[in-house]
Amino acid sequence: MALILVLIAVGSVAFHLLSPWWWTPIASNWSYIDTTLIITFWITGAVFTAIVLFMAYCLWRFRHRPGRRAAYEPERPRLEAWLTVVTALGIAAMLAPGLAVWSQFVRAPADAAEVEILAQQWRWSFRLPGADGRLGAADIRHVGDDNPLGLDPGDLAGQDDLVVDGGDLHLALGRPVKLLMRSYDVVHNFYVPEFRAKMDIIPGMVTHVWLTPSRTGTFEAICNEVCGTNHYAMRGRVVVEDEPAFRSWLDQQTAVSQRAARSTGMREAGMRRSATNKR
Amino acid sequence: MSDAITGPQDGSALLPEADELYHPHSWWTRYVFSQDAKVIAIQYSGTALAIGFVALILSWLIRLQLGFPGLAAFIGPAEYYQLITMHGMIMVVYLLTAVFLGGFGNYLIPLMLGARDMVFPYLNMLSYWIYLLAVLVLVVSFFAPGGPTGAGWTLYPPQAILAGTPGQEWGIVLMLISLILFIAGFTMGGVNYIVTVLQARAPGMTLMRMPLTIWGIFTATILALLAFPALFVGAVMMLLDRLLGTSFFMPAILEAGQRLRYGGGSPILFQHLFWFFGHPEVYIVALPAFGIVSDLISTHARKNIFGYRMMVWAIVAIGALSFVVWAHHMYVSGMNPYFGFFFATTTLIIAIPTAIKVYNWVLTLWRGDIHLTVPMLFAIAFIVTFLNGGLTGLFLGNVVVDVPLSDTMFVVAHFHMVMGVAPILVIFGGIYHWYPKVTGRMLDARLGQVHFWITFIGAYAIFFPMHYLGLLGVPRRYYETAGLGFVPPSAQSLNAFISLVAFVVGAAQVVFLFNILRSLKHGAPAGGNPWHATTLEWQTPETPPPHGNWGPTLPVVYRWPYDYSVPGAPEDFLPQNQPDPAHAGAVP
Repeated sequence: MALILVLIAVGSVAFHLLSPWWWTPIASNWSYIDTTLIITFWITGAVFTAIVLFMAYCLWRFRHRPGRRAAYEPERPRLEAWLTVVTALGIAAMLAPGLAVWSQFVRAPADAAEVEILAQQWRWSFRLPGADGRLGAADIRHVGDDNPLGLDPGDLAGQDDLVVDGGDLHLALGRPVKLLMRSYDVVHNFYVPEFRAKMDIIPGMVTHVWLTPSRTGTFEAICNEVCGTNHYAMRGRVVVEDEPAFRSWLDQQTAVSQRAARSTGMREAGMRRSATNKR
Repeated sequence: MSDAITGPQDGSALLPEADELYHPHSWWTRYVFSQDAKVIAIQYSGTALAIGFVALILSWLIRLQLGFPGLAAFIGPAEYYQLITMHGMIMVVYLLTAVFLGGFGNYLIPLMLGARDMVFPYLNMLSYWIYLLAVLVLVVSFFAPGGPTGAGWTLYPPQAILAGTPGQEWGIVLMLISLILFIAGFTMGGVNYIVTVLQARAPGMTLMRMPLTIWGIFTATILALLAFPALFVGAVMMLLDRLLGTSFFMPAILEAGQRLRYGGGSPILFQHLFWFFGHPEVYIVALPAFGIVSDLISTHARKNIFGYRMMVWAIVAIGALSFVVWAHHMYVSGMNPYFGFFFATTTLIIAIPTAIKVYNWVLTLWRGDIHLTVPMLFAIAFIVTFLNGGLTGLFLGNVVVDVPLSDTMFVVAHFHMVMGVAPILVIFGGIYHWYPKVTGRMLDARLGQVHFWITFIGAYAIFFPMHYLGLLGVPRRYYETAGLGFVPPSAQSLNAFISLVAFVVGAAQVVFLFNILRSLKHGAPAGGNPWHATTLEWQTPETPPPHGNWGPTLPVVYRWPYDYSVPGAPEDFLPQNQPDPAHAGAVP
């Protein structure tokens, strides 16, 4: 048993060091998260190895032999107090950087660009603000065939919004972005492993998370909260590109007002839809 | 805690009359509708292990799909989500909770405390039969139209009761009814355990002379009585949402383009209710395991548990803290992110009393006389897996580190290690340890060794590497990860390896089952106290103990439960009911 415990301790450390499975290369500002994670790995790894090896030593050194008798030693308050203090220090060494990074995580910078993500079973849609830099109001009441995101037709701020329905979301390199997330059906979660950040999306409320893309590339966005039968297939893509490329992509998107002009108007469309949809 | 001899010299005046116990009149009332806590314990354990084997089969099917996607044509996405949901729910509630409290609790509380039975035997019997009903309702959902629910064991609304989730018609309704029944049945048992611990201890058995097993079960029962009501109201409200169209948890919702007649409810409220139950639930399972493992280590290392008083206070502190950490399951749930500061701090604080427990187990081994019996092997394996799973909890508890790891395979690996593998190893250890008292016969040690090594090494090989898949970003609850660019082909090889090991570990449980059944008849006779243990259950006049446990007079307790290897004592253990002032232990 003692030998096996040594093998487990050594094997676990070796696996950690040699394993080909490690996190994806980061593509956002949240390298602080990785740093905190590494600190945690070091502290917990040291504790794990030390305790398992100590236990292995005890099992070998104090194994039963004929005539052997255990010591009688109910308590040692000083040792117990000492261990408590050391443990508390170790905990603080992990908690302090964790909370420091969290305080950044919960406070989006004021200049962050807003982007809306709408999650539905089992697809993603996106909305970016137009020239006014503001997203128009939206509500489930306004959802219709020509208005899948439920934009409020009465809110002028929404007229120039750019809707990406079915395509990839593009983000500008190095520009902080605040993702505002909504759902009209069930709970989802928007997760791009390379960004490290993720957040649930709850129907009836708007959740958010912020990040600054730090590397160009195309990344997979997946749903990370079980949302029904096709949860595993709810995938999308985020493209991070430099400012000029992002601008030209933005220019190719159609504004809400242009889309509306092609139809008979969102409000009527909504009424027509609810009439035809009665099964 | 003060004097070694505080028990009355003649406790007989305090004893209940023998006819106060209900005496069974027939085979039916003796073995089926029994009011004897020991029989009820076996009924609870047997039912829980039976449904546990169902959960084991489900886990095989899950691993079949994850390791070899598409190989089993009958596992589509809907079936996969049903498998993981039922596996999780059975293991957490119907197996672990039921075995530790209904099984070990019923068997050990009266025997370890020197009582004749539980205080409310009839209620105790009712508790089991309602539990059985809950299990049957759960089983029925497998055969209901549409199958069992596939909402994930967390049953988050709104998806749990909407058409996009498998089992929306009957599965979820039966699941909620089953949970409601389980909680009702458990409450009857739980009230019983608490009153018995507080009121029916033998003369001289002060609270600070109770074995840690009882401290663990006692505290866990208090937690359960406070935590399960949150799940109860959650289940009732969701049932109303599903059946009567109320909107406790349902906001305005579109389903397949149709506006449903829901509005104004809060999905996140359910998550708070669920985890207000769900986190204490971890400790409802863990605290009895802590207690049992303490007694196993002490007995088989022939040494007193190190720092008994600290161990008791650690159990109480963990129990209390477990009620203020629940939202660490919800860091990325969309709740107010400022909650994260509070819950990360409380969560990491709970690591301190937990770490103290680990230190004290290991320090109990120090300068012991370690017998590597099968129960001891399981106890040591528990420490390794619990330590591992506890330390990865520090990743997930530390709010910002949780963000990338939440809902990935890292979480799956973490909770399986800490509240799956670790407590189950303790259950096995406890069964190998107490089986001789229950049946009068020993389990076969060689078969036990085979069972142990495959289970321990296998479980570690399954769940340790799994953390690294989560680190990579592999999400949990994915029917397949094919097509995800960030998941390299090597991850699939690792998944196949994990599945193969899981098949072997699962198969090894047949060895255990065989051992249990075979030893009933062919096991070596155990005698009354094969491990030379100090606690009262090993001092019964007869083995297995009959109804009433103690013959004409109750035992009288003179010392704490850990007088092993007391200097000067003739043997290396002094039973709790031995009035030997010359060799009284140094402490309690």
